Amino acid sequence: MDKNLITGSEALLRTLVAEGVDTVFGYPGGQVIPLYDCLYGYGDRLKHILVRHEQGAVHAAQGYARVSGKTGVVIVTSGPGATNTVTGIADAMMDSTPVVIISGQVPSPLLGSDAFQEIDVIGITQPVTKWAYQVRRPEEVAWAVSRAFYIASTGRPGPVVIDFAKDAQTGFTDYTYEKVDYIRSYRPAPKPDAERIAEAAALINASERPFALVGQGVILAGAESELKAFLEKADIPAATTMLGLSAMPSGYRLNKGLLGMHGNMGPNRKTNDCDVLIAIGMRFDDRVTGNLKEYARQAKVIHFDIDLSEIGKNVPVDVPLAGDVKETLPAVARLLNTAERKVWIDSFGADETEEYEKVIAKEVYPEGSRPLQMGEVVRKVSDAAGGDAVLVTDVGQNQMMAVRYFRHSLTRSVVTSGGLGTMGFGLPAAIGAKEGAPGRTVCLFAGDGGIQMTIQELGSVMQEKLDIKIIVLNNNCLGMVRQWQELFFDKRYSSTTMVNPDFAAIAAAYGIRNRNVSKREDLDAAIAEMFNVTGAYMLVAEVETHGMVYPMVPAGSPIINILTGE
Amino acid sequence: MDTKQLYTLIIFSENTVGLLNQITVIFTRRQLNIETLSVSPSAISGIHKFTITTFAERDMIEKVVKQIDKRVDILKAYYNTDEDLVHQEIALYKVSTALFMKMEGVEELIRKYNAGVLEMNEDCLVIEKSGHYRETQALFEELRRSIGVLQFIRSGRIAITKSKVEPLSDMLSSMEEKINMKQ
Repeated sequence: MDKNLITGSEALLRTLVAEGVDTVFGYPGGQVIPLYDCLYGYGDRLKHILVRHEQGAVHAAQGYARVSGKTGVVIVTSGPGATNTVTGIADAMMDSTPVVIISGQVPSPLLGSDAFQEIDVIGITQPVTKWAYQVRRPEEVAWAVSRAFYIASTGRPGPVVIDFAKDAQTGFTDYTYEKVDYIRSYRPAPKPDAERIAEAAALINASERPFALVGQGVILAGAESELKAFLEKADIPAATTMLGLSAMPSGYRLNKGLLGMHGNMGPNRKTNDCDVLIAIGMRFDDRVTGNLKEYARQAKVIHFDIDLSEIGKNVPVDVPLAGDVKETLPAVARLLNTAERKVWIDSFGADETEEYEKVIAKEVYPEGSRPLQMGEVVRKVSDAAGGDAVLVTDVGQNQMMAVRYFRHSLTRSVVTSGGLGTMGFGLPAAIGAKEGAPGRTVCLFAGDGGIQMTIQELGSVMQEKLDIKIIVLNNNCLGMVRQWQELFFDKRYSSTTMVNPDFAAIAAAYGIRNRNVSKREDLDAAIAEMFNVTGAYMLVAEVETHGMVYPMVPAGSPIINILTGE
Repeated sequence: MDTKQLYTLIIFSENTVGLLNQITVIFTRRQLNIETLSVSPSAISGIHKFTITTFAERDMIEKVVKQIDKRVDILKAYYNTDEDLVHQEIALYKVSTALFMKMEGVEELIRKYNAGVLEMNEDCLVIEKSGHYRETQALFEELRRSIGVLQFIRSGRIAITKSKVEPLSDMLSSMEEKINMKQ
């Protein structure tokens, strides 16, 4: 046999290494044993994190990608291994996260025969992937895998599935790595249009009250400094979507906070008060806009986006600015007049004061007699963590409190499930975040519901000796649904009360240091201990069962219809 | 509110497995029915052409076309209304030979509809007609009324634009430039 021939498995791993991969998240099984066998010899080049459930592998890869900017990689087996990844894949699709999922598949002669652990992975994942491809021959591996990385990481990023038949893993092939950087049917970023750029600049130059909505597109493009220059030149106040949070530091003068259902009052109100609305790498999700019929009707809308199908999808746009914001932001900024808009920017102050008095003070600095509040726990952890920590959240009230009250100074500092709202995302995503940013403190906030959806990943934390700080905000109920039931369903608390295990004891069983806090006076010491301990720590905060997240714009309401709980 | 009308989507794609599924799921999500569908190799080797008709509002069709166009394996997707297109469908009608022979005015019928006979044996005979939907349908109705139709099949619409260039041409030439630059 020709000595230059290698197996398909080897070709895949060589391609991963050539693509700059050094960490993979996975779980072995029958149809990937040959690939795992090959991986055994790659220990010096590829670190494999063994998760406890395949969904966790994808969320971990997402966490890794979100903090590092690199493409996350997952290896799972066929059948249930592959179907277990679907939630994570859908989450990555909604939140534009570059992930390559390699799933084993039955040998190609058995395909279509309902073989053991055979499932139509391509058919199942096509609607929730950027690209899905089945590799049936070892000769296809080099091409398909390199193409997968190119597609996942360019343009608007997203998940790609490579379904890898077992006989393609074991068969032999010639191998040359060839980087894919062009696909004729795929245009990652549309070319900016000079006319539109001029129109956008003219609109902003003529405006008195411009307001920018910043999304994750800025972070994905690495255009944080371009954004800053753009905003500062024309003195434009801005707010972010949840996924765009860390595109600007928390305390930045022009950062007016968070948009949307549980966002800050100022940004939501000013959306309906500004004269030019500048959307930058965001997609006008319904959780951001509320009722579209009463959304920013008074404003001219400029929409920067790399994805043409997002422009005009939800909100009619006056100036569409297709392209990579790394190019389009500076192009518009060059044509902007310098401006100073002190009165307009200061006008956010009244809303900030109102929100502080009606909501924040009570949540973050509650009276001594009240039970622990979620917001106060978040803010204290944030203060103790310093500004450079990575925040990872689960989904629900814990998430809203965390994104509202945790402060950050660096980009790529908030890892959360936005579009899909996947409970159980937090713990595995925190594992991936720590792998992707080993030098940074990683703080996970999860509720008692979400943590139990993927709690088995404590095993991966234990095995990898990962230093992640896990804060369980335990209110013994599914708080966000309970909140909706209280507000909109006549307090009929249908299936939202939870009888919970002793979370600290579970952490202890995994060898994770832990502490349970229910009294305010014990909180500071517990947080101090959490950060003093090297290694993982679980702080279980017993918070008020009836805690509510305010402000709140009820679903389907105009964005200025803000409940404060008063 | 826009009213629904018939749109013809013309989609050029790479000839990859599972492409039709990628397109149809986008219709499914928006609860759009595909009225007709025709897929065939295009004039350009390796590139397939889909012609799909659907009833939708203009705003909806624009969004659907953008979402189809962004799929990695799709080269270009666009939509047209009937005014922009020359379009055609083909229909086959199987009727009883005996009844057809006895039928009055066969010659006029064939002339009127510009139809033809493709096959004939002692049992049955197959008539072919191409045209717009209402034309193939009219012949169907007439045959059914007079002698009955044993089997009937109509193809999906095929269409070409009336304008001089197809939108794909520009894109292909810019693609070729890029390929040449790389070489």
